Amino acid sequence: MDLLNAIVALSNFVLVPAIAYGSQLALGALGVTLIYGILRFSNFAHGDTMAFGTMVTILVTWWFQAAGIGLGPLPTALLALPAGIAACMLLLLATDRVVYRFYRAQRAKPVILVIVSIGVMFILNGLVRFIIGPGEQRFADGERFIITARDFKEMTGLAEGLALKTTQGITLVTAIIVVALLFWFLNRTRTGKSMRAYSDNEDLALLSGINPDRVVMVTWLIVAALATVAGVLYGLDKSFKPFTYFQLLLPVFASAIVGGLGNPVGAIAGGFIIAFSEVMITYAWKKVLGYLLPESLAPDSLVQLLSTDYKFAVSFVILLIVLLFRPTGLFRGKAV
Amino acid sequence: MKKLLLATAASALTAGAAAADNHEVKIGVILGFTGPIESLTPHMAAGAEMAMEEVTESGNLLDGRTVTPVRADSTCIDSGAATSAAERLITAEGVKGIMGADCSGVTGAVLTNVAVPNGMVMISPSATSPALSTTEDNGLFFRTAPSDARQGEVMAKILMDRGIEDVAVTYTNNDYGKGLADSFETSYEDLGGTVTISAAHEDGKADYSAEVASLASAGGERLLVAGYVDQGGSGIVRSALDSGAFDTFHFPDGMIGEALEENFGEEIDGSTGQHPGTDSPGKDRFQEMVGDKFQATSPFAPESYDAAALIMLAMQAAESTDPGDYKDEVMDVANAPGEKIYPGDLGKALEIIAEGGDVDYVGATAVELIGPGESAGNYREIIFEGGEMQTVQYH
Repeated sequence: MDLLNAIVALSNFVLVPAIAYGSQLALGALGVTLIYGILRFSNFAHGDTMAFGTMVTILVTWWFQAAGIGLGPLPTALLALPAGIAACMLLLLATDRVVYRFYRAQRAKPVILVIVSIGVMFILNGLVRFIIGPGEQRFADGERFIITARDFKEMTGLAEGLALKTTQGITLVTAIIVVALLFWFLNRTRTGKSMRAYSDNEDLALLSGINPDRVVMVTWLIVAALATVAGVLYGLDKSFKPFTYFQLLLPVFASAIVGGLGNPVGAIAGGFIIAFSEVMITYAWKKVLGYLLPESLAPDSLVQLLSTDYKFAVSFVILLIVLLFRPTGLFRGKAV
Repeated sequence: MKKLLLATAASALTAGAAAADNHEVKIGVILGFTGPIESLTPHMAAGAEMAMEEVTESGNLLDGRTVTPVRADSTCIDSGAATSAAERLITAEGVKGIMGADCSGVTGAVLTNVAVPNGMVMISPSATSPALSTTEDNGLFFRTAPSDARQGEVMAKILMDRGIEDVAVTYTNNDYGKGLADSFETSYEDLGGTVTISAAHEDGKADYSAEVASLASAGGERLLVAGYVDQGGSGIVRSALDSGAFDTFHFPDGMIGEALEENFGEEIDGSTGQHPGTDSPGKDRFQEMVGDKFQATSPFAPESYDAAALIMLAMQAAESTDPGDYKDEVMDVANAPGEKIYPGDLGKALEIIAEGGDVDYVGATAVELIGPGESAGNYREIIFEGGEMQTVQYH
């Protein structure tokens, strides 16, 4: 019984939130890694791209809600998601056309593109704040829980409850579908293969007749979809605020780099590594250990390695350690 | 507006006339007319000036002397500017007392740099920092607002009275949150309670699940949220409810607001809290007197009226406008024994004092000065029932 309670408490406060957060980070990191792998620069505007896609989704969600269109127990935002993705695609194609294409034509060094992306970041930052405002927006509707902590306790008779939010379930399911689609696309389709070829060796790919403009365009389209999905899932699960999306850039980049920049599998693994370590290192283990250990050994202190204030620091320490020992990341991405 | 203009013109005229025969008493009103609380200060100043006008009209202060307010800007945040403004009040204007300052930081600066060296009495209507209780003031500093330390004590008592002996505490990571959490922890442990964890949270984050996870692990019968209802405080409560970590909470003043009912409704039934408030009849009398001249319910407006009234009553009791003489009378006129004085009774109070009687100034905020001359503070204890805040009692 105690063992079960320990497992449930751990799932409720560590495993479930970390899996949901990890999926959101993984989707964000996939976008960063694709741009790095194919367009060869670190896109600092990624956090704000997520914010832009989410903002459009929120606006369409509100319109649907006003019109009385909904998905029953599921959030209306899922219905509005395609519109958000489409708007985000247009935005990214437009920035590529206006900004990045110019530098690509000059074969600008990656560091210049990074600085350019910071400029784009500030513009998007302002654009999002201008349209929807800097405040916090909640747009989740429908059924809030798959199972609430109270129901779980009544069902099982355990002392600990396990709450599973609808948004956490949706996050996981959506993430699995999106990742499966992405890998199928990259590995099985002609366009996907040409993208990988372009990423491996640009000149060789050009020689074998791959159209670079097409590869670039498809990359931006996929990145827009990934960013919007990641942003909407994060916003549904937590809340939408332009500034938090800007801050998300940090753990997202940490995930991509830990996994190995340019390596999609690495981005997913990195997302979960960052999410789990952030949650587990700042978790107070008192309760779980209290169930597991015999009474005489039960801890009096909180058994917390780091206060939750240092959550962001955790991702950077991991980043630092990985870069020291494996500069290309855990999954052998490109050298930074 | 027209009336106000007339009144100002009239008082300016009388002031001019009175100054000639040395019958005028000037009192400084130093508040942050510019800065972060500039929306509150006009009402606070109007409250203080209403008390002065009332006294002038009664003609009972020290054989019919008139009182003239002199405004100065404390800026709320710039200690240098506040200090020089206060310096000007004393040296150039010759004020006999200061109603102010407002924010805790500038109040401390004015007190140490100007009031103490010049021997000037200061009564602040709104500085709540516990640090001001222990600042060296030569008995010159008073406040009609309670110290935040007091709320910690009240909160500890409310929880103990309900038989709740261990709580988890989370506070917003600033001076307000930290000060409140610390004073609560001290009082609560003195009463025999246990604080299982006292953890900070940052405002403005999207996700508080990690914070709530540690709070839940530490456990406790209730979660005390010393934060802001429009900020991280609500995020913590939402996350705690969602994960089933806590069902009931305790809320200090920063969390009490309509937004709390809107955000959570019946989900937090059984939760308790407290915020400054009084059921004294003085509050209603004050609102009646103010009418629509300014906002009587604006924060610290009644406290400002009381602060100004105390200065003038103390002058009467000491039969002198010299701060060195009347500083010792402030506590006497504010506290029992004596006839209870409500807003609008200032003329009567001056008369009683002149005849050698005793007064107990209650005023608009049920003033009771304790310890180093600060308001004991009156709090309304609330409980959530059926998704709405209900008054339990007043402390």
